[in-house]
Amino acid sequence: MMPDAIVLHTPLSEHDVTSLTIGDRVLLNGVLYTARDAAHKRLVELLQSGGPLPFDLSGQVIYYVGPSPAPPGRPVGAAGPTTSYRMDAYAPMLIRHGLRGMIGKGARNDAVKEAMRQHKAVYFAAIGGAGALTARSILSAEVIAYPELGPEAVRRLEVKNFPVIVANDVHGGDLYEEGVRRYARTA
Amino acid sequence: MRSIHVDDIVRTVRDLAIRANTELGEDVLRAFEAALEREESPTGRDILKRLIENAQIARDEKIPMCQDTGFAVVFVDMGQDVHIEGGSLREAIEEGVRQGYRDGYLRKSICHPFTRQNTGDNTPAIIHIDLQPGDHFRLTMAPKGGGSENMSRVTMLTPAVGIQGVKDFVVQRVKESGPNPCPPTIVGVGIGGTFEQAALLAKKALLRPLGSPNPDPELQTLETDWLEAVNRLGIGPQGLGGRITSLAVHIQMMPCHIASLPVAVNIQCHAARHKEASL
Ligand code: SF4
Repeated sequence: MMPDAIVLHTPLSEHDVTSLTIGDRVLLNGVLYTARDAAHKRLVELLQSGGPLPFDLSGQVIYYVGPSPAPPGRPVGAAGPTTSYRMDAYAPMLIRHGLRGMIGKGARNDAVKEAMRQHKAVYFAAIGGAGALTARSILSAEVIAYPELGPEAVRRLEVKNFPVIVANDVHGGDLYEEGVRRYARTA
Repeated sequence: MRSIHVDDIVRTVRDLAIRANTELGEDVLRAFEAALEREESPTGRDILKRLIENAQIARDEKIPMCQDTGFAVVFVDMGQDVHIEGGSLREAIEEGVRQGYRDGYLRKSICHPFTRQNTGDNTPAIIHIDLQPGDHFRLTMAPKGGGSENMSRVTMLTPAVGIQGVKDFVVQRVKESGPNPCPPTIVGVGIGGTFEQAALLAKKALLRPLGSPNPDPELQTLETDWLEAVNRLGIGPQGLGGRITSLAVHIQMMPCHIASLPVAVNIQCHAARHKEASL
């Protein structure tokens, strides 16, 4: 049996994230912000030039997603995670500025992991490709920046019991490495 | 000589684009169920159950199973006795893609390589036409997501490496891909031909229904052996550890140049989408 899920509300506190360890199932509630490659590039450029960001980063969680268009009567279409490594170049800077969590799929590089450890942030895995299921946890979506980027625009999502798994914790744990080590068989 | 009007092609391509993205094949669902029986990791089992649930929601609510509704790859198998009436075959396919991605609320994911400017309607489509004797006309729509396509590779091996060398390349490719292509995956392997033909063989290998044997018994033996090797890696569902990294390895092979051994690995994510129709 899977252990019971931990329910958390955003913005996340330092205490919220230090109590998490890899493999924990978490249900996120509150607000998530979406950003992919193009939006990350712009956010980091803004930070470098000292300009204000379209949203306050502190304690927030960014979800790496480019949803499919919302059919009539729905806040979003399918909304599963995109592959996270493409955001590795930008993530440490956002973490240094208060970002507390990231949601995506796939492993992160050492620079991101080190930033997470130092500044107390976590990386959650959502199920890649389960876009229809994941969309069920999204109550509303509003484009708050870069509408010209289409699916890559920054959206503010209100979520209820959004299901994720802790993939990297603040203690240096990495589920991608440990999970694979546990199940690998040598020839 | 049989005539097919482009309007019928537009309509068919439109419907196939929507259906491929919302209705996961029964063969894939059966493979998920079988994987659930064999997966030992609790996280892996949890993920497989959610993938089954996800496919059901997508089908019932007619929304895409995955937000990356892919590059529209269209295979046209047609007889040389078919006459296309009322316009261009290629334009009809493009128009079908345009309408399908618009009407089905599918994501438009195609952009300029450098400026990254989105084309806005998910065109162009990738169209492979195979002309054979006869008057048949069959369309296959296989939307391909970026995450798993990015993990695919073509290589030109030295002939001396033989079967073991090809196997090593395939297993290594799956290993390096890790969690990125949304495991459990299907591994399409193209062996032989030329550089570009190997890639096409690998892609075509993905269209074979899961659970159906390779028509060539020798290749079937290799498929079984390589799948076992891949599933020893421990990558598991979503790369979070487990027994089921891949649901199948599918191989297509043809003769190659005496100096070459081309090999392509086309990784297919669990959103293994393709729908066919005959006109
Ligand atoms: S790799 Fe496949 S399942 Fe994963 S996000 Fe891309 S299209 Fe969807």
